[in-house]
Amino acid sequence: MTPEELHDVGQKHREQDAKTPHHVRVCMAAGCMSQKSDEIKKTLEKAIKEKGASDPCKVKCVGCMGLCSAGPLVRVDTEGQDSVMYQNVTVDDSSEIVQSISDGKPVERLVCDTNVPFFAKQQKIVLENVGEIDPDSLEDYISVGGYSALGKALAEMSPAEVRSEVEASGLRGRGGAGFPTGLKWGMMARNESETKYIICNADEGDPGAFMDRAVLESDPHRILEGMALAAYATGANHGYVYIRAEYPLAIKRLKNAIRLAARAGLLGHHISGTRFSFQIEIRLGAGAFVCGEETALIASIEGKRGQPKPRPPFPAQSGLWGKPTCINNVETLANIAPIVNKGGAWFASIGTEKSKGTKVFALAGKINNTGLIEVPMGITLREIVFDIGGGIPDGLSFKAVQTGGPSGGCLPDRHLDMAVDYDNLRDAGSIMGSGGMIIMDEESNMVDVARFFMEFCMSESCGKCIPCRVGTYQMHNLLDRIAEGQGTHEDLALLEELCITVACTSLCGLGQTAPNPVLSTLRYFRNEYLDLIGEQHIPAFVGQEASQ
Amino acid sequence: MIMQAEKISPPSDDKRWKVVETTIRRNGASADALIETLHSVQEWFGYLDDDALRYVAARLTLPLSKVYGVATFYHFFTLKPQGKHTCVVCNGTACYIKGAKKLIDDIHDRFDVKLGETTQDGQLSVLGARCLGACGLAPAVVVDGEVQANVDSQTLISQLEGLENDDA
Repeated sequence: MTPEELHDVGQKHREQDAKTPHHVRVCMAAGCMSQKSDEIKKTLEKAIKEKGASDPCKVKCVGCMGLCSAGPLVRVDTEGQDSVMYQNVTVDDSSEIVQSISDGKPVERLVCDTNVPFFAKQQKIVLENVGEIDPDSLEDYISVGGYSALGKALAEMSPAEVRSEVEASGLRGRGGAGFPTGLKWGMMARNESETKYIICNADEGDPGAFMDRAVLESDPHRILEGMALAAYATGANHGYVYIRAEYPLAIKRLKNAIRLAARAGLLGHHISGTRFSFQIEIRLGAGAFVCGEETALIASIEGKRGQPKPRPPFPAQSGLWGKPTCINNVETLANIAPIVNKGGAWFASIGTEKSKGTKVFALAGKINNTGLIEVPMGITLREIVFDIGGGIPDGLSFKAVQTGGPSGGCLPDRHLDMAVDYDNLRDAGSIMGSGGMIIMDEESNMVDVARFFMEFCMSESCGKCIPCRVGTYQMHNLLDRIAEGQGTHEDLALLEELCITVACTSLCGLGQTAPNPVLSTLRYFRNEYLDLIGEQHIPAFVGQEASQ
Repeated sequence: MIMQAEKISPPSDDKRWKVVETTIRRNGASADALIETLHSVQEWFGYLDDDALRYVAARLTLPLSKVYGVATFYHFFTLKPQGKHTCVVCNGTACYIKGAKKLIDDIHDRFDVKLGETTQDGQLSVLGARCLGACGLAPAVVVDGEVQANVDSQTLISQLEGLENDDA
C-alpha cells in the first residue's frame, strides 16, 4: 500500500465507524479473558440483537485496558459524550449495560471512575492504541495512523535519516540493560552483508512481568511496523519474532497480523512499490530465561540449546547464522513508529536527561490497583505506588518495591521519592529491567524473596559457565539455611563473598546479575538476615545505614 | 557415492504423526526447526517419549544426543506423560508474594504430589509455571486449561478433589 492508499483505507474505516454512535469495547487480553470476557462479548452482542436498539451499536474486542485487578473491563463510547468504563462485569450484566445505552444513563453500580490518578497520571505512547483498537483488524490499526510511519520512511526518508531520528530521540533498549537503540542500529548498518536479520525479543521470561504480552495481544501491528522500520534503517531483509510458547493468545494474534499485513503488501517483497523487501517469521521459545541474553536467543532460533557465547563478536557483526543481527525488545520496537512520525526531538522532550520517553510497568503484588501502566521517565516511585497504584491493601504499610525481576533488586521506602530512570535505579542497587514492578508489604519476608529469586536463577542457569552454575546453587543453599534459621555469621560472610565472585566472573547477564536480589536485600534489609541467624543487632534503621 | 536416504517412518501409524510430519516438511526437514518440531510433537502427544525423540532425530538428520539435549534444556518440554488432569500453579513473583507457595505445600499435603510430578494413580499432575502473565489476578492457577484468579488453598483443593470424584 502506498501512503495515499493507507490514508484512504484509514479515512474510509473512520467514516464507517462514525456511522455507529455507540461502541462497546470489551477487554480481550489474557487477564480479562481468564475471567470470561469472551463470553461477556457474546452476551452483549446477543442482548443488542434481541433489543434491536434504535441507534446502531457495535461490540468491539480490544486489548488490555490496564486495570487488570478490576477486570473484566467494558467501556461504552458514545459519540459526543464521555466514555463510561465498567468494572468487574459479569455475563449477567450484559442486558443491563445494553439497556443503559439506549436510556443514556450509565449502570452506576458497575462504573469505574476514570478520573482517578491510575488513569490520569499515565502518559501513553507505547500503549496509545492498546484497549482502543481491535488487534485482529488491520483497518482499525490503519485508521489510527498505523503504518503511516513506515509509509513516510519509505517515501521521504533515507535509512540514515531514520537512524538519526531514533538516535536523536535518545531511546534506550527497553529489555532491561538500556543500550541506546540508535547506536545499536548504527553498528548494524555499518556491517555490509547480503542478508541481515532483525529479531524481536518477545520471550518475556521475567516472572512478574506481562507488558510485552499485553502489547502483542493488543496492538500486534505496532510491533510489525517497528520491525519493518528497524529493518529499513539497518538494511535487514528478514525478521523473526521470538515469542514465548506460553503466550498462545499473543502468538495467535501476531500470526494473524503478519498474514493481514503481508496480504496488504505492508510486509513481503517490494513494500509500497519500493525496493525494500522484508518478511517476518515467528519462532517459539520453549521456556528458558537465559534466552533473554542475545547470543542465547540466537542459538535458540537456530534450534539449539539456548546457551550464550562470549562477546565479541557482537550479534551486530556475527549473529544469527553468522549474519549481522539486531535484537530489539517488544517495547523498544513499539516506540519506533511514533518517533518516526513525530520526530526524535518530540520523544526526547519527554523523560529525564538520560532516560527519554515513557516506560511501561506491570504493577503487581501487594497493591490495590494491579495492572499495566505507562508513565513518563522521571516519575517518582511514590507516585507510582501510592497515586497510580492506590497504595497497599488491608491497611498494611509499604515495605519494598522490586524492579527488574531476578536481575533487579528491592528498594525500601526511603527511595520512594527517587525519580525512576535507568541510572537512578542502577545507583540504588536495582535495575530498570523489562518493567515488572512488584510491591511488597510489611508481611513480606525479604530473605525469602531473595531465596525465591535465587532459586529461579539456579534453575534457569544454562550450566555453561561454572560461576553461575555452581555459584547460584551454593548461594541458594546458603539462603535456604539462613531462611530456615540455621545459618551462621560465617554463612552470611560467605554469601556476600560469593555474590561478588559470581557477579564478576559469570559469562552472561544471567549470572552477572543473579546476586542483585541478595545484594539489595542485604543492603537495605540486613537486619532481617541478622534476625534469622540469631545475631544481636543494632536497631533496624541504624543497622540499615551502617550496612552501606 | 550418493547414499540413498532410507524412508524414515513414524513410530506408529497414529494419525497425529501426519501433523508432525507437516511441520517437518514445512521447514524443509532442516535441523534448525528442531524446536518447532518438538513443539508440534508435544502439542499433539502431550509429551516427548523416546520413540518420538528418535524419530525426530532421524527425520532432521541430527544426533539423538542433540535432540535429547534440546528437549531437556527447555522447561516447556516434558518427557513424562501428564496425568488425566493438570493443575498449573503460577510461581511468578506476584503469585509467590501472594501465597503460591502455600498452595503448592497444601496440594502436596493433600495429594502427596510434588511440583512437576503426577500422582501415583495418574489422575493429577501438578505443574509450576514461571509466570502466567496474570499477575493482576495473583495467585493464579490453571486447572485443566481454565485460569482461576485469586485462589485460596481450600477452594482449590476441593475443586481438585471434585475432579477426581467426577471420574470415579
